[in-house]
Amino acid sequence: MAQAVPAEQKWWSGGKSPFNVEYGKLMMWYFLMSDAFTFGAFLISYGTIRFSSNNWPDPNEVFQSFPGLGSGYPLAFVSLMTFILIISSVTMVLAVQAGHAMDKKSVIKYLIWTIIGGLAFLSCQAWEWTHLHHEGAWWGSNPFLNMDGTKASTNFTNFFFTITGFHGFHVFSGVIINIIMLIMTINDVFERRGHYLMIEKAGLYWHFVDLVWVFVFTCFYLI
Amino acid sequence: MQHTDNFQEITHHHDYDREASRKEVIRVTVILTVITLVELALGFWLMSIHQELMRHFIKGLICIFMLAKAFYIVGYFMHLKHELRNMIMTIVVPLLLFVWFIIAFLADGNSYKNLRNKYDPHHVEESKTKVDKPVHGEEHGAKKEGAIE
Repeated sequence: MAQAVPAEQKWWSGGKSPFNVEYGKLMMWYFLMSDAFTFGAFLISYGTIRFSSNNWPDPNEVFQSFPGLGSGYPLAFVSLMTFILIISSVTMVLAVQAGHAMDKKSVIKYLIWTIIGGLAFLSCQAWEWTHLHHEGAWWGSNPFLNMDGTKASTNFTNFFFTITGFHGFHVFSGVIINIIMLIMTINDVFERRGHYLMIEKAGLYWHFVDLVWVFVFTCFYLI
Repeated sequence: MQHTDNFQEITHHHDYDREASRKEVIRVTVILTVITLVELALGFWLMSIHQELMRHFIKGLICIFMLAKAFYIVGYFMHLKHELRNMIMTIVVPLLLFVWFIIAFLADGNSYKNLRNKYDPHHVEESKTKVDKPVHGEEHGAKKEGAIE
């Protein structure tokens, strides 16, 4: 459970960080909490509309293409995207741990892998959006039928593009942040500071992006 | 540089054991991978099931696995599990609002559907009318409709 602290430790008597976290990291947590509410609002409105609809398109019908293989592979491509994001989250943890150990070389290595993972995910998403767009799906346009063969409203595509787009934007900014971290690491900024806390904050953001994908993946592709 | 001292006690656990952390990362990675594979298996299984109740049950299971994944990512990757309890609470307690949000909004959506089916026969008629599968490419732009029907 929570970190063990001696009972006589006076966290609130000044001179110490009462939450035992650095200011910037704590603020990153609160930012992420507010961001969680934004994503939560999106996903809950999606859920509300879905609950208020008599029918809904079948995700396995909509998302069944794989680049180079054609269609007929439900869940395959999105599984790939999910694993890419999980693996890039793992390399980010390793970068943070390398930062703890003041191991600059490993930080650089793992940050590069994380950036590659992020770019790979964005490329997958770009392909998927392009493919869906060619099929006639976009905001305000839904070529797919409901599961039972009745005509679907545009709610499905509107929510899909808005939410995956908002998530993709987060991935994009996460990649930018990681690239900045990489440049700072290479330039010895953190060595001079004496700690790699900045990598931890970037790491928190990156894991949050992965976390949101867990929810988006479940809500749009699985159920 | 100058403020390193202020959070000295925090920053690095002095007896920081890199090997142990690495093992934990591997363990959590394996757990996340396995849960994802189970979710995918459930997703594939869901395709072959048409009984309404069973579908809801599997979807519920998938949601539980989703929350388990969220727990592992936040707890271990984001390291929240190892923070101070007070700090954890300032983040987790506000998020409890989601419990209310989800119940209230989904119930509201459901109630709207029921009321509408009861009082709007045209809507019921429309949502039961089957249409032909549009030919690829033909549907471009033709399908614009009010977002919320």
